[in-house]
Amino acid sequence: MGQMIGATALMRSLAKEGVGQVFGLPGGANLPMYDELSKSDIRHILVRHEQSAAHMADGFGRVSRKPGVCFATSGPGATNLLTGIATAHADSAPMVAVTGQVPVGMIGRDAFQESDIIGMANPVVKYAFQPRAPSEVPESVKKAFFIAETGRPGPVLVDVPKDVQTDSAEMEFPDEFRIRGYHPWTDPDVPSIERAIEMLLSSERPIILAGGGTIISSAFAELQAVAETLLIPVATTFKGKGAFPENHALSLGPIGMHGHAEANRLMTEADCVLAIGTRFSDRSVGTFEEFEKNLKIIHMDVDPAEIGKNQRTSVAIVGDVRTSLRIMVKLLRRSPPASREDTPWARHAKETREYWQENLKVPSGEMVASRILKRLREALPPEAIVTTEVGQHQMWASLFYDVIEPGTFFSSTGLGTMGWGFPAAIGAKVARPGVPVLDIAGDGSFNMTENSLATSVTEGIPVIVFLINNYMLGMVAQWQRTFYERRMIGVDQKECPDYVRLAQAYGAEGVRAESLDEIGSAVRAAISCEAPTVIDIPIDPEENVLPFVAPGTPLRDMILPS
Amino acid sequence: MAILSIKVENRPGILWKVTHLFRSRNFNIESISVGPTEDPEFSRMTISVRGQDGRQVAQMIKQLNKLIDTVEVSLLDEHKTVYRELAIFKIRLRGAQDSMEVNKLAGAYGGKVHDVRRDSIMVELTATPDQVSAFEELARPFGIMEVARTGMAALQRAGA
Ligand SMILES: Cc1ncc(C[n+]2csc(CCOP(=O)(O)OP(=O)(O)O)c2C)c(N)n1
Repeated sequence: MGQMIGATALMRSLAKEGVGQVFGLPGGANLPMYDELSKSDIRHILVRHEQSAAHMADGFGRVSRKPGVCFATSGPGATNLLTGIATAHADSAPMVAVTGQVPVGMIGRDAFQESDIIGMANPVVKYAFQPRAPSEVPESVKKAFFIAETGRPGPVLVDVPKDVQTDSAEMEFPDEFRIRGYHPWTDPDVPSIERAIEMLLSSERPIILAGGGTIISSAFAELQAVAETLLIPVATTFKGKGAFPENHALSLGPIGMHGHAEANRLMTEADCVLAIGTRFSDRSVGTFEEFEKNLKIIHMDVDPAEIGKNQRTSVAIVGDVRTSLRIMVKLLRRSPPASREDTPWARHAKETREYWQENLKVPSGEMVASRILKRLREALPPEAIVTTEVGQHQMWASLFYDVIEPGTFFSSTGLGTMGWGFPAAIGAKVARPGVPVLDIAGDGSFNMTENSLATSVTEGIPVIVFLINNYMLGMVAQWQRTFYERRMIGVDQKECPDYVRLAQAYGAEGVRAESLDEIGSAVRAAISCEAPTVIDIPIDPEENVLPFVAPGTPLRDMILPS
Repeated sequence: MAILSIKVENRPGILWKVTHLFRSRNFNIESISVGPTEDPEFSRMTISVRGQDGRQVAQMIKQLNKLIDTVEVSLLDEHKTVYRELAIFKIRLRGAQDSMEVNKLAGAYGGKVHDVRRDSIMVELTATPDQVSAFEELARPFGIMEVARTGMAALQRAGA
């Protein structure tokens, strides 16, 4: 393709991958690529902190299922990305992070703004490239995208020394390449799927546990077909929340530390689980030993290293879970099981679900989490995308905000990164500009990346921050109330700042909603005016999230509201 | 003991990635050796670990396979494998009697003697790690001044 500098080759490579925009912030070591960016058709979305650039790329990636791209300069720019990269890694989100680096000859000499970002990022990336010559740039980028989006997705780092950006070389843009040690595709083993079906049919109390992998592979229709054909109730992990419509008669909602009571109950009673795309995190299963007691586990996952890592498995089905479920559906269609209309277990599941939906005690009063989130659900169309921050509001969202259209709910579930939700919502909105995008936020989390309001306003990417404001690091406060005899320290935000004025200072809409009706109208107004909006919703700082499975205890020891 | 034989891309930084994986998954490496293979594009690492049960080792193999730079990972069966380690001992001598006995001991283990001095002697040994350790025990009463061990290299026997 001729002679060009590395930075031009980088932009061409990104364009070839179909990249429409990058989220980033420039500095000395990535100026050459920014200069080329200015000449390309790729949009630049300026952030005010690189962590947010990574979260935006992450949000974009989770929604579009294509790697989101973020740019940062060397040294502090690159280290600022790390939390965002680690968050994407923990939740298997596709991302390509491109950092500037000091010139090749300066590497290892503790140059100004040199950091060994390859070394620092290694444990939290799927792979990292550092092209040492401009001619290596196209292949590095090509492989980076391939690795980021295939198999179990994840973040890939491309660290480009400054002279590699500025030197020129004869460039080739390969369409084919080989990565000998990378085998992202495995064909699911059909006999294992047959055995799984037999096991599900012969067990008395089967349950489905859908994890985040179900959402990543968009196996929604297949999951629903299996559940409906076999009449099996569907629980999810928190990361899998919304893999299955939560208003469906077979839906139990998430299990785990703050799982739905009905999901935790039925999970403990089940004798066989079809676990789809989940790593059985401790937050989901309580304790590993208790979870697997008296339970036959059928595990479908794209990542063979997840099989047997945390739980004993009776049947393992390695491969893309959508493909595996599709085969399962086909096998079920070929020899449909006898009608399971009225198994005692299905009846029991239905009764349990109805019981808890009517009888889970919630605090009285109007402005309590359950009512606030139910009102939010009513105000949002089913296709709206919701992200969350981390804390009580996140767990309330898990408990009380029902996801109706699968794949419209995203949260930092693996790393639990406060500050993820808002920039991720901006990334999500870029991926799907036509639908409302809203971040269910806590005040403490929002503080961490609230300067993304500048991006939302100046770049015209309107998202809604639904701020459930207790002026507390509420989840920590709840643990201090529960486990430390109310010795409260480091949790009181002292009513600072004023979020309405903060929003307005950035040029966003800021409104306070002090009743359910005000919430409904504020959300509707924000959707129709298409302007970045912060809705500040004051709540009682003493409200706890319940049910609660204390860390290190089994699901059956779930603490219920009294 | 579990012996893992790992064929990796021969590129900088890969030894570090592999050892980092062992550390982050809570494994203690007992011995490690690395060198080029018959094909210069690859290196082979031989890593032995102790104190992990079969499930943990199986999990580690999966994690190693997941590394993009590993091309082949195998768990070697001790009984079907030739495995050796090179060790060099510097042993104190307190007279002619010691010198004779250390020479005899080295001979019994098929070792070679180097750098014989009035008050010290060096013994080179190529043996299984257990034999090297056994030799070390027997040499201890003389006074071991220094030891260098390479970590083991291993290959599965043909047809095994
Ligand atoms: C970056 C980061 N720091 C600290 C924590 C620990 N942490 C978990 S929840 C929480 C409180 C969150 O407060 P807020 O966002 O106001 O939400 P609330 O719990 O009040 O709903 C803290 C500090 C974390 N998850 N992430």
